[in-house]
Amino acid sequence: MHILHGALIKMPRMIKRVLRSLLSRPATVRYPFVKPEPARGTRGGISFNMDRCDLCQDCERVCPSSSIKIYQDSGRIEYQPFRCIYCHICVRTCMQRAITPSEMVRGPAYEKSVDVYEVHR
Amino acid sequence: MNETEQPVEVNTVIPFGPQHPVLPEPIQLRFTIHQDKVVGVVPNIGYIHRGIEKACELNDYKKNVSLCERVCGICNFMHAMAYCEAVEELTDTEVPDRAKYLRVVWSELSRLQSHLLWLGLFADSIGFESLFMHIWRDREIVLSLNEKTSGHRIHLSTCAIGGVNKDMDKGLISEYKSGMELLERRIRELAPVFYKDRSVKDRTVGKGVLPKKRAMLLGAVGPTARGSGIPQDMRRLGYEAYSNLDFEPVVHDEGDVHARLLVRLEEVFQSIRLIKECLEKMPEGPVMNKNRRFPNGATVVRIEQPRGELFYNVMGNGTKRLRRCRIRTPTLANIPALVDILVGYDVSDIAPIVMSVDPCISCTER
Repeated sequence: MHILHGALIKMPRMIKRVLRSLLSRPATVRYPFVKPEPARGTRGGISFNMDRCDLCQDCERVCPSSSIKIYQDSGRIEYQPFRCIYCHICVRTCMQRAITPSEMVRGPAYEKSVDVYEVHR
Repeated sequence: MNETEQPVEVNTVIPFGPQHPVLPEPIQLRFTIHQDKVVGVVPNIGYIHRGIEKACELNDYKKNVSLCERVCGICNFMHAMAYCEAVEELTDTEVPDRAKYLRVVWSELSRLQSHLLWLGLFADSIGFESLFMHIWRDREIVLSLNEKTSGHRIHLSTCAIGGVNKDMDKGLISEYKSGMELLERRIRELAPVFYKDRSVKDRTVGKGVLPKKRAMLLGAVGPTARGSGIPQDMRRLGYEAYSNLDFEPVVHDEGDVHARLLVRLEEVFQSIRLIKECLEKMPEGPVMNKNRRFPNGATVVRIEQPRGELFYNVMGNGTKRLRRCRIRTPTLANIPALVDILVGYDVSDIAPIVMSVDPCISCTER
């Protein structure tokens, strides 16, 4: 009897919730048909603006995962996106503002590629 | 069988893990079972050791912030905060007041998402799939707030030596406030299920009982200890801005799985209240002070993680590399209690009892 009584008390609340869930937007998106937009300021991959870079090696020094290598002699920068942890410490450190952050991370790949940037002298 | 013959008592050994649907992370528990009752448990850890403590000695002390953050995924901000607090003490770096409040906001957000994750996983472990879905849907509010303020949903990377490296503007603060109100409303709707629902109470009340004296003897920490009536909460030490906030630890005396469940549920509301209070009281000003010294000496930092007390012992020798960085995590402290509370219960109760201490093996093995 008390089970029936409990069900009668709970029923209006349950119906309210069911109706609300039916009429509200789904909590999930239909990936991959709909891709969720990253929030403003999401930390993704980086790219180097070689017109601004002065090869000071500050980014290489602060990078926690050692994903940036700078060769001052040859004017060459190697960035390993698959090693990067997207912390953006390099972006904050760069005095020349030569590192451009993006909101997208690198997608999966069969081989660990390396992005190479060179200074045109 | 002849009446004079005694039945042969055979104990069965069942390995539970390292891969098991209930366990989010690899730990093995070898159960000795007698007539469907657990009579002995042997834990076996070591599946996910990564040598982070040693790596901390080889790295630059500033790069260790990111490394310590990767000790655990869920409570990453707290690991970074504990490490930064230790280094700040060794280098006499003053943290600005605003940064202290921001650190509390982010650590309470980590606690929120950790407890919501656990509540969902626990509901899943007792077979309550719809509750699991509801809780995890509401957890998205916290994760999207994390993404908006720090740039990532889980790994915040906002803590730095000397303060925090991100600030919140007024728009974000108002978004936080509305987000917290929405979350509180949603969880208040779900809370009666944990308090009253028969299907939850049948699986939790009177299971995995850890009396207060036993919990103290075994050195339980965090919600496991608070569920047994021990009012132990490291936030009462008053680190960061906690000394300016008004709160009391959530304590339940029953000591069973249900008590630990309710402690975590009520801590969700406590965290929401603390975040709101922080956002009200947060002063204006800078968020970062530069440190200009290398760490020298030794210090100990104790902070409250979602699972209990986190302990960092950092030793510096005046160079950019540390002499030692010792990390003791709450799950390691809770393993003796976990082994104790499993004995005497049915095999079907293993999953909720194991989940009730919220084991985080990544933290434990580092």
